[in-house]
Amino acid sequence: MANFINFFYAAILSGTPLLFGTTGEILCEKAGGLNLGVEGMMWIGAFAGFYTAWKTESVFLAFLVAFASAALGALLYAFLTITLKTNQNVTGLTLTTFGIGISTVLGFAMTENAGGNPQISSEFMSKLAPIEIPFLSSIPYIGKMFLNYNPFVYIAIVIAIVIALIFKFSKTGLAIRAIGENPSAADAAGINVTLHKYLCTIIGGGICGIGGAYMSIITLNGTWQSGGGVVGGYGWIAVALVIFASWSSAKAIIGSFIFGAFTCLQYYIGQFSFLPAFIREMPVSIYQMLPFLLTTIVLIISSVNSKKISSEPHSLGLNYFREDR
Amino acid sequence: MKALRKILAIVMALALVFSLAACSGNSNDDETTTAAPVGTTPIAKDAIKVGVLHITSIKDTSGYTFAHHQGIVAMKNALGLRDDQVIEKDEIPDSDAPAVKAALDELVNAGCNIIFGTSFNYMDPMDEYAKKYPDVIFSHGTGYKSNDVNFNNYFGRIYQARYLSGIAAGMKAKEINNPNLGYVAAMDVTNSEVTGGINAFALGVQSVYPEAVVKVSVTGSWADEKAEATASKALVDAGCGVLAQHCDSSVPQTTAADNKIFGCGYNSDMTAQAPTAHICAPIWHWDVYYTTAVKEVIDGKWTPTNYFGGLNEGFIDVSPINEAVAAKGTKEAVEAAKAKIMSGELVVFAKGMTKADGTVVDHDLTDAEITGEINYYIKGVELLK
Repeated sequence: MANFINFFYAAILSGTPLLFGTTGEILCEKAGGLNLGVEGMMWIGAFAGFYTAWKTESVFLAFLVAFASAALGALLYAFLTITLKTNQNVTGLTLTTFGIGISTVLGFAMTENAGGNPQISSEFMSKLAPIEIPFLSSIPYIGKMFLNYNPFVYIAIVIAIVIALIFKFSKTGLAIRAIGENPSAADAAGINVTLHKYLCTIIGGGICGIGGAYMSIITLNGTWQSGGGVVGGYGWIAVALVIFASWSSAKAIIGSFIFGAFTCLQYYIGQFSFLPAFIREMPVSIYQMLPFLLTTIVLIISSVNSKKISSEPHSLGLNYFREDR
Repeated sequence: MKALRKILAIVMALALVFSLAACSGNSNDDETTTAAPVGTTPIAKDAIKVGVLHITSIKDTSGYTFAHHQGIVAMKNALGLRDDQVIEKDEIPDSDAPAVKAALDELVNAGCNIIFGTSFNYMDPMDEYAKKYPDVIFSHGTGYKSNDVNFNNYFGRIYQARYLSGIAAGMKAKEINNPNLGYVAAMDVTNSEVTGGINAFALGVQSVYPEAVVKVSVTGSWADEKAEATASKALVDAGCGVLAQHCDSSVPQTTAADNKIFGCGYNSDMTAQAPTAHICAPIWHWDVYYTTAVKEVIDGKWTPTNYFGGLNEGFIDVSPINEAVAAKGTKEAVEAAKAKIMSGELVVFAKGMTKADGTVVDHDLTDAEITGEINYYIKGVELLK
């Protein structure tokens, strides 16, 4: 049982950056913008957040700067696709390339400057330690499984829930959904299409950036690694997770943690003695394949299941020309 | 007048193209008409050119490429070569054969006399290019291919240093009274380099703490920091008190520090990254080989023989023991074992070693077996997955 709890705990931690990325992308896609720059924005957030944490030692500033820098990247995307009407796929991919490139280069500059891998102080890191809630955290099993995480795990879940609630219950949420489905109808109804699209893209990008900072600061123990594996593909998994979660940030919570579980399954499954030996001893590559296999299966199911109304925003990936009615 | 100008421009452009084609044709011809075996004609010291392929950036500040780059720089200084005589191509992914070949082309065209490739999968493209350019010396680190003309292999007895770090780790484990040690491994049991390293480490551990168990967690990648973080955490969860590693980054050591346990790094001294956890690391002195090889080429004494240096050559070593962390007497124990290995009194993979399945090895392992055929864990090593 202890093994399973450790596994559950590790799965939640691995899933958290995915949840930030997925929530951010859902916000953007709901307004019709297919931003493939998630990986790039996470990288920007990873570097900016780390640098600020290293220099200022303020948790609030670190994540604020991560949010703002990634939001700036998203603003670039928004300006190009919404105002200049460039192709969304190409622009998103460019943002990814740009984000990875600039963060890697600046990361090297930072490393050179520090004369070694920069490390955030342990006082800073202790502020991000798992929160011990008196009595509750020490409840057997439940305490460790649900009530003993670092603050950003809870923040990720809260953001996802708040965004789900906005879409479900608020007028703004309705307006954004309308834009995503049919921007000209929304425009005719008096909704400011451009403003809403801009805001969704920028705030969504900022949320992705927090996910990146989570990885560089928390996942990698506060040491900048110049090997290039800081975000390493999580942004792409987040893009796929949006489909998995069928554009609902509430479902994204479950989806992210399932994917998180798959990424750390290989390290824990060997200890699950209740499983038959051949499953415990399968080659590592099988486990590394699982998240992607799962994505493929989800894509197949969602494309075969054509009777149900698709939850994909109808105008996703299409630019809105006001004069083009 | 305008038309004439246009025609002139086209003619000149064509002339340029043809002259380029002619040039490249010529240079190819030159390269296939040598008589003396490559490496036997002395080359003036200020004329020699050295090429290097690295897998990650030479700006890294720890780890594998960092260690190689340090070796190249030390070689350059020792032999007094100018900056423009050493061309280092970095961030060449070894799984991307076209990129490797493009980089090799660039180095050959720049006139390099000897080209070092530092990563395992450069092996096949280098093998191919060695045949294509018999005038250039190709020298490949790790791997197992070579030819008897212009392609050799270099690697080292890093397992000797792993044995020594095992002693340091075992003494710490004994001191904290926790027989579980963890090992973050890049590749699974089928990779002889990694598996041999794990076995050597475990033998070192068992020499001071016989009942200790080394738990192995495999990431499946040489450099994936996130996977290394998860694997290290899983080992902590499994109750390990000391973490060793065969992967490029210092993440296992920082994870050990975070969880208030201890560890032994790899490739470079990781005490800087994890001062409260890191004991010592098996390290390479690549400059020993690079200096020897380039010197041989300059002197015209290079031969296509493979290099397999160890403690005796000063090619490998353990980083200084971090006294603030290590168990009492670690330094003395490591030094004593080091002297025994160097004198030949102590053989790491000796006769009588018991495999995990209970069978006993009936001879001291040969170099060929060490580099290519260790595909089993020894007794006391368990896969955590």
